[in-house]
This record gives sequence, C-alpha cells and structure tokens, in this order.
Amino acid sequence: MAKMHQVSFKLNGKSVAVEVEPRELLIYTLRERLAHTGPHIGCETSHCGACTVDCNGMSIKSCTVLTVQCEGAEVLTVEGLERAGVLHALQQAFHEEHGLQCGYCTPGMLTRAYRLLQENPNPSEQEIRYGLSGNLCRCTGYQNIVKAVQSAARKLATTPAAA
Amino acid sequence: MIPPSFDYHAPRSIGEAVSLLANLGGEAKLLAGGHSLLPLMKLRFAQPAHLIDLGRIPDLRGIREEGGELVIGAMTTQADLLGSSVVRSKVPLLAEGAGTIADPQVRYKGTIGGDISHGDPGNDQPALMIALDAAFVLTGPKAKRTVKADGHFLGLYSTQLAPDEILTQIRIPIPPAGSGWSYQKLKRKTGDFATAATAVLLQMKGTNVVKVAIALTNVGPTALRAKAAEDALLGRPINESSLAEAARLAMSICAPTADQRGDAEYKTAMCGEMTRRALQAAAARAKS
Repeated sequence: MAKMHQVSFKLNGKSVAVEVEPRELLIYTLRERLAHTGPHIGCETSHCGACTVDCNGMSIKSCTVLTVQCEGAEVLTVEGLERAGVLHALQQAFHEEHGLQCGYCTPGMLTRAYRLLQENPNPSEQEIRYGLSGNLCRCTGYQNIVKAVQSAARKLATTPAAA
Repeated sequence: MIPPSFDYHAPRSIGEAVSLLANLGGEAKLLAGGHSLLPLMKLRFAQPAHLIDLGRIPDLRGIREEGGELVIGAMTTQADLLGSSVVRSKVPLLAEGAGTIADPQVRYKGTIGGDISHGDPGNDQPALMIALDAAFVLTGPKAKRTVKADGHFLGLYSTQLAPDEILTQIRIPIPPAGSGWSYQKLKRKTGDFATAATAVLLQMKGTNVVKVAIALTNVGPTALRAKAAEDALLGRPINESSLAEAARLAMSICAPTADQRGDAEYKTAMCGEMTRRALQAAAARAKS
C-alpha cells in the first residue's frame, strides 16, 4: 500500500484532518470519512456533476479530485449553504420554483449555482444555462432550475447579506 | 471507481519537479488538472507508481504580456484563460476556444499545459496553439528548449515532450490589431469532445486575405494544420468559391476515426463545414 498522507482542510468553515491513501477521491473522503453525504456519486466519470462541491472558490467534481490535492483548501458542500437553520436563498428558491423532482442532482446544482452567482450576481438565462452545463438533471428539463437561479439572484440583489 | 495505488509527490518548484521526474523515471506521471489522467487511471489504462502534482508550483501559473507575446504558465486553467481580460483583449481566439472546452467544473481544474501535453487529438488547445503559432517551453533536468506548436504533435498521445521534461510555459505571439479569429466546434453535448472543430486566425487587406492559419481538431491522430487550405486563400477574398475550395482542401487531409460521434465521411464533412464557418466568422471580425 502507498504511503498514507495527512490532509487538513476546512470543510464548511470547520477544520478537518484525515489520513488517506493518495488514491482516495475527495467524494469518498467527504461521504465516508466526514459523513457529508450531500455531494452525491452519480456517474463517477466527471460528467454528471452530482458530486460538485466548491473548493477554493472553484466548482469542482469531487469524483475527479484526489483528497491529497485539497491540503489547506477551503471546501464548501451543500451542507454549508444554510446559515443558522435558515436556508440559503438558492435552496429556498429551488423549493419555491420546484427546481427539483427526485433531488439527486440538487446538491451539485446548488453548489454550482452558488459559485455562478458569486462570480456573476445577475446572470442572463443563457449565462445560467452555460454556467450549469456541467450538471445533469434527468427530471426537470432544467426550466425550473433556471427559474430558481433567477429567483435567487433577484432575492440576493435586494438582500446581499444572504449571499 | 478508484484509481490503482500510487505514491503522491507535491513539489513546490519547477526545479524540484524536474528532479523528482528524473529520479522516478518512467514510473511517474505528471498530474495537472487530472481530468484526463484520473479517468484513465480509474479505468487502469494508466497505472503510474508515482504522481507528481504540479498544482503547488506558483511559477507554473499565470498570464502576462511580455515583448509582444502572451506568456502563460502551463498550469494556468482553462477558466483562468476564459476569465482573463488580457487574453480576451489580446488573443481572443484563445478565450473563445477555452470557452468551448468541457464544462465549467472541468475548466476550473483543466490546464492549458495538460491539454497540450496529453496529446489527445480530441483536445482543443493543440489546434488553437497551431493556429496562434504558439511556442512551448520544455524544461528538462539539464536544459530548457523551446519548440513550435506546429510540429509538436507527433501522433496519438505522442508529442515532442521527452519523458524527463515538463511543459512549463506557453508563449503566444500577440496577433496584429485587426486580426480576425474564430473557433468553430461541433459537439454532441456539453462535455463531449469535438465531432470536428476548426481554429482560424487571419488578416485581411481590403477584401483579400493576406495571412491565415487554419488548424483542425479531432479529425486525425493529432491536431492538423490545413496548409493547402491556407495557401489557397492567400490574396483572395472570402466568398463562396474560396470557402468551398478551402473547405475541400481541409477535408482532403482529414483521417478521422469512426466512433459514436459519426463515421469518417460524416466527420470529414463536418470539418469542412466548421472550416467554412470559422473562416466566415474570422473574416467578419477582421479589420484591414
């Protein structure tokens, strides 16, 4: 077996440390060692986006990133979006606009949409579709997901503290 | 799907990375964005005993303008290129091409150097680099050398990069003001490789083409430079007959592999169409 590595990073603002083999993928560390099962395993081939998390201000597919690459990183999963029991504007908007059916893609959609709005607080419909094109949804036809992101963007524009 | 076991190294400088590569020899692979290598490892198509992660070397990252060139660190990501104001203003073909690569998440991780060095004919940067007349700085244990993009790609997964070298820098001559550009890519869906794609950079004088570079993605074992198509356009206007001739000549060098994206005949025809569209779009953007 390969040499084990100590990896420390911030997960949703809290410091965590794990000891992993270099080949361990971030999605497994999050789900199986750190009990953060929000990020889902979909295709495991970096196509579907269900495993999307935010890492150092970038949306990444955690099935195609090694945990050892995350030493010192700041990782945000869907579990870190709500604040003090209050849903993030995006989560609330996905609820209100019915931006999901089965929910499997939703944590990835939310974390990706979070980064999109950080970079572009007022995206056009086309920019939302382009920005979410790495996340597949097989239920909604995307229409209500786009509406939810638009709705959250409007809400965040009037209450930026919620961003 | 979990990759086979390997040892992980995260050097902090180019020198450290080069000596690690020299010491570990053929047992090691360089890890850039990892979005080609890790999937290959999951499938056991690659089973390196060591991975050397280039992600912790600040000198490999960044974009700067220097003496009429854009100098780009090899670990600069596709998202960095897409979001860079200097790339957008000085080498817009590169920004347009980067924006067609994979999807947002992959562009945050995927690097220009990894894209070039992997030698996959489906990758987009090789044709963009050929069209832009880029040069690559390859750093080995004893010396650095600079090679031209045109001629760097030798075959399927094969480039001039030696096993003990690292691609450290990409140098792109900034095209003259008024140059026209376009990257036209046909893909089945976001995230897929091109069925066919064409990169064009040109200059016009009056209504005539005075300089043009045309490079093709995913229609041969490497990106291809369409030299005969370029020559046929020189001194001519962009019109139906010159476009038809350029498309025919580009198609004449295509040797695509049939796969789920289509048979060879279809892919070749799509290369002709992408070439036609790229030339039209580039000419429309050019100012003489």
